[in-house]
Amino acid sequence: MAELSDGLLIVTLLSYLAAMLLHAGEYAFGSRGRIANAVAAPAPARELVGAGAPVVTEAPHAYAAPAVTTPDGPAEARSKAAWLGPAAVLATGVGVVAHAITVVTRGIAAERLPFGNMYEFVLAITLLGTVVWLGTLFFQRQVRHLGLFVMVFEVLLVGVAGMILYTPVGPLVPALDSYWFGIHIGAVITSSSLFMIAGAASIMYLVRTGYDNGKRGFLYAFGGRLANAEAVERLSFRLHAFAFPIWTFGVTAGAIWAEVAWGRYWGWDPKEVWAFISWVVYAGYLHARATPSIKRSTAAWIAVIGFLTMMMNLFGVNIFFTGLHSYGGV
Amino acid sequence: MSVTEAAVENPPTGEPPRRRTPRIVAAGWAAARNGWRQLTSMRTALMLLFLLAVAAIPGSVLPQRSVKVEDVQGFYAANPDLAPVLDRLWGFDVYASPWFAAIYLLLFTSLIGCIAPRLRDHVKALRSAPPDAPKHLDRLPQSAVLDTVTDEAAARAALRGWRTVRREHADGTVTLAAEKGYLKEAGNLLFHSSLLVILVGVGLGSLWGWHAGRLIVTGPEQVFCNTVQQYDDFGLGPRVGAGDLPDFCLELLDFRAEYRPDGMPISFAADVAATDSAHGDLGRHTFSVNHPLRLSGANVYLLGHGYAPVLRYTDAAGVTQETVAPFPYTDATLTSEGVAAFPDANGSDKTKQMAFSGTYMPTRDGPPYLRSDHPEERNPALMLTAYRGDLGLDAGIPSSVYDLDQRQLDAGRLTKYGEPKLMRRGETWTLADGSKLEFVGTRQWITVSIRHDPGEPIVLTGAVLLLVGLPLSLYGKRRRVWLRLRPDGSAAAGGLPRTEYPGFEDEFRSLVERWQR
Ligand code: HEM
Repeated sequence: MAELSDGLLIVTLLSYLAAMLLHAGEYAFGSRGRIANAVAAPAPARELVGAGAPVVTEAPHAYAAPAVTTPDGPAEARSKAAWLGPAAVLATGVGVVAHAITVVTRGIAAERLPFGNMYEFVLAITLLGTVVWLGTLFFQRQVRHLGLFVMVFEVLLVGVAGMILYTPVGPLVPALDSYWFGIHIGAVITSSSLFMIAGAASIMYLVRTGYDNGKRGFLYAFGGRLANAEAVERLSFRLHAFAFPIWTFGVTAGAIWAEVAWGRYWGWDPKEVWAFISWVVYAGYLHARATPSIKRSTAAWIAVIGFLTMMMNLFGVNIFFTGLHSYGGV
Repeated sequence: MSVTEAAVENPPTGEPPRRRTPRIVAAGWAAARNGWRQLTSMRTALMLLFLLAVAAIPGSVLPQRSVKVEDVQGFYAANPDLAPVLDRLWGFDVYASPWFAAIYLLLFTSLIGCIAPRLRDHVKALRSAPPDAPKHLDRLPQSAVLDTVTDEAAARAALRGWRTVRREHADGTVTLAAEKGYLKEAGNLLFHSSLLVILVGVGLGSLWGWHAGRLIVTGPEQVFCNTVQQYDDFGLGPRVGAGDLPDFCLELLDFRAEYRPDGMPISFAADVAATDSAHGDLGRHTFSVNHPLRLSGANVYLLGHGYAPVLRYTDAAGVTQETVAPFPYTDATLTSEGVAAFPDANGSDKTKQMAFSGTYMPTRDGPPYLRSDHPEERNPALMLTAYRGDLGLDAGIPSSVYDLDQRQLDAGRLTKYGEPKLMRRGETWTLADGSKLEFVGTRQWITVSIRHDPGEPIVLTGAVLLLVGLPLSLYGKRRRVWLRLRPDGSAAAGGLPRTEYPGFEDEFRSLVERWQR
C-alpha cells in the first residue's frame, strides 16, 4: 500500500505538470480568437455574460449599457490548437485520480486519517484544491484559463511535498489522538484548498488588470492573453467567501482542542499567531471587496497576501520557526 | 492672521475674548466629529485590521514570555546587547504590549462606532415597510412587462416568505413591494457584535484567571495541595489573590504509559485521588493528555511524566535518610538527569553534606551508560557520582533542586567523592568513608498544568455567535421586487438586488413566470 501510494505520487505530479504545460500551450497557440474578442469588447463591459452564465451586476449603474463579451469566439472553436485546453483538463483529471489514490492508500497503510504530518497535510490540501478546481470548471467553463495558475500551484506544492517533506508511513502521536484532530485538520485543509484556488484567481486578475493599466514587466506582459478577468475576480470572491467561515471554524475548533489538551484556548504560539494573521488579512479582504471606493485590484492584492500568510503558516512556521526556537533555547 | 491683526481684532482689554471660546468649542466639536467619522470608516477599519496583522508578526519571530520563558532567557544569553532594547519595546510580551493593545482597542472602538448606527438603521428597516415601486420599473437591473397576469391573491402567494406591502393608488393601480434577506444584515451585526463578546471574555479571563505548574510524584506523602507555596511556577490574574484559589489536594496513585516497541508513545493516563475541605473525599479520577481532570474552579492538564529514583543513604555514623528525587528527562527515551541531596548527613556538619548527581536510564543493558534505549523500565540503570561538601542550600539564593549548586562547585566547597558508579535496582554502594547508598527503586512523576479561566464560556459563546452570524452575513442576499398591477389589466415587475447576487436573475424570472400564469 505504501509503495503504491509513493508510486502514484509521481503519476500525480507528472499529470499536473502535463496539465500545466498544456494550459501554457493554449495561451501560446490556441487563443488568438478568444483574446481578440476580449480585447475588442474592453473594460466598459462591467456586466458580463458568460457562456450560459447569469448576468451579474457589477455596479448599480451597470445595467444602463449592457455590453456582451463572448469568451469563445467562433474563430477560436475551429483553431488548430483548440484541443489544448480540453487536453489540459483531461490531464488534470488523470492527475486528480492518481492523487486521490495516493492519499487513500496512504491512509490505509497508516491505518488512520492521512493528515498526520506535513507531507500528508500538503497532499490533502492539493488534492482538495484540484477537486475544487474541477468542480468550479464544471459550473463555469469560461474560467478555464485559470487552470494554468492553479496547476502552477499544484505542481509546486505536490513537488515540494514529494521531494522535501516526504515522510514514511507512521503512527499518530498521542497528543494528536483526539476527535478534535479530525475536525480541526479537516476544516483547515478544506479552507486552505479553497483559499489556494481563490488565490490563484486573484493573481490572474491582478496580472490582467496590471496589463490593462499599461504594465508590461515580467508576468504582466502575458496579461494581454488573459480573458474573463472580471468573471475570475468574482469567482475569487465567492471562493474566499466560502472558505472564510470554514477557516474561522477550523481555527475555533483548534482553540477548543487546545483548551482540552493544554488548558488554554489561545496561547500565541507561532502557529496560532499566523492563523490569527491569516484570519485578519482575509477579514480585510472581505472588507475591501465590500467597500465600493476600494479598487478590486487592491482587494485582490490583500487576497494574495492572505494566501502568502497561509503558506507562511504551513511551511515557514514548521521549518523556519522551529529552527529559531532551538536557537533561542541554546 | 498676523500678530498685529490679531491684536486689533482682540484688543488686550484684560477681559477674556468672549467670542473665541465657543468658536474653539465648535471647532473642537467639528474635529471630534470628523475624527470619529474617520475612525468608523471602512477604510480605517481596513487599515487597523492590516496594522493588527502586522503587529502580530514580531510575536512569532521573537520568543515570548507567555509561551516559553526559557526561550526568552536563551535569547538574552545569545544577544546580550539587543535583548534589553527589545524588552523595553515589549518585544517578549508582544500580545500584552501597550502598542498591540492600542491597535485592537482602536479597532474595537471603530467597530462599535460602526455597528451602533447600523444596528439602529437595521431596526428601523425591520419596522418600516419596503418602499413603493419606482416609477420606471424598466430601469431596474431586472424588469419585465407581463402580458397575462394572475389575480392579486395568487401574485401574493408567489411572494410567500417575502416581506410584502400592498399599496393602492388613487388611479386604481395596485403595487406589491416585497423585500427579502434581512438576515444578511442581522447576521453581519451579530458577527461583528460577537467579536465584542469575545473581547470581553478574553479580558475577563486575563483579569480573573490564573494558572500554575507542578510536578507530582506518586505516594501519599507527596500529596499536592493547591496553594501558591506548593506551585513550581504560577501566574495569577490581577484580580486573583492567593486566598481565592480553590483548596483541593491531589495524590498521584498511579501513572500508566504505553509505548510501542520502537519507543513511540501510545497513551498516557494518571490516576489521582482528590480531596477538598468542603466535601472531603472527591473520589478517584483518571485523566490523560486529551482528557483533563475538571474540578470545580480549576482544570488539571497532564503535560509530561518521568521517573524519580528512591535512594536511601546511611552515613558513617549509621544514620539513615531516604529521598525521592524526581529526575527531569532529557530525551524521548526518558534518559533523565537529576540530583539526590542529603543535607542532614554526617550530623550537622555543613562541610560534610552529601549529594548524588547522575543519569537514570529506564532501559540500558550495557555500556556506555549515557542514554536510555526505551522509555519503559525494562532494565533500569542509574549512573551516579557522589559529591561531598557544602550544598549551599541555606545561602538564601534560590537554586534548582535538579542541579548541584554551580557556585559551590566552582568555589571548591563541594567536591567529587570517589568514582562514578553504575547501580541496578536494589543494589547498595559502599563509599570510601563506609557510608552506604541503596538504590531502592523508582516512582513515577507527572507534571501538570492547573488552570482556571472564567472567560472561557463567554469566549465560546462569542465564537458560536460568530460562526452563526458569519455565513448569514456572507451568503445572505438582500433584494427587492415590485409588481405593479394597473386597472387596465396590464402589469409590470422590477427587481433590485441590494447585494452582489449572481442568481438574482433566475429568481426574478421564476417569480415573473409564476405571476404570469
Ligand atoms: C474587529 C475587527 C473586524 C473584523 C474581524 C471584521 C470582519 C468582517 C468580515 C469577515 C466581514 C465579511 C462578512 C460580510 O461580508 O458580511 C465583514 C463585513 C463588514 N464589516 Fe467588518 N470586521 C471588523 C470591523 C469592522 C468595522 C470597524 C467596521 C466599520 C467600519 C466594519 C464594517 C463592516 C461592514 C459594513 C461589512 C459588510 C460588508 C458587506 O456589505 O458585505 N467591520 N467584517
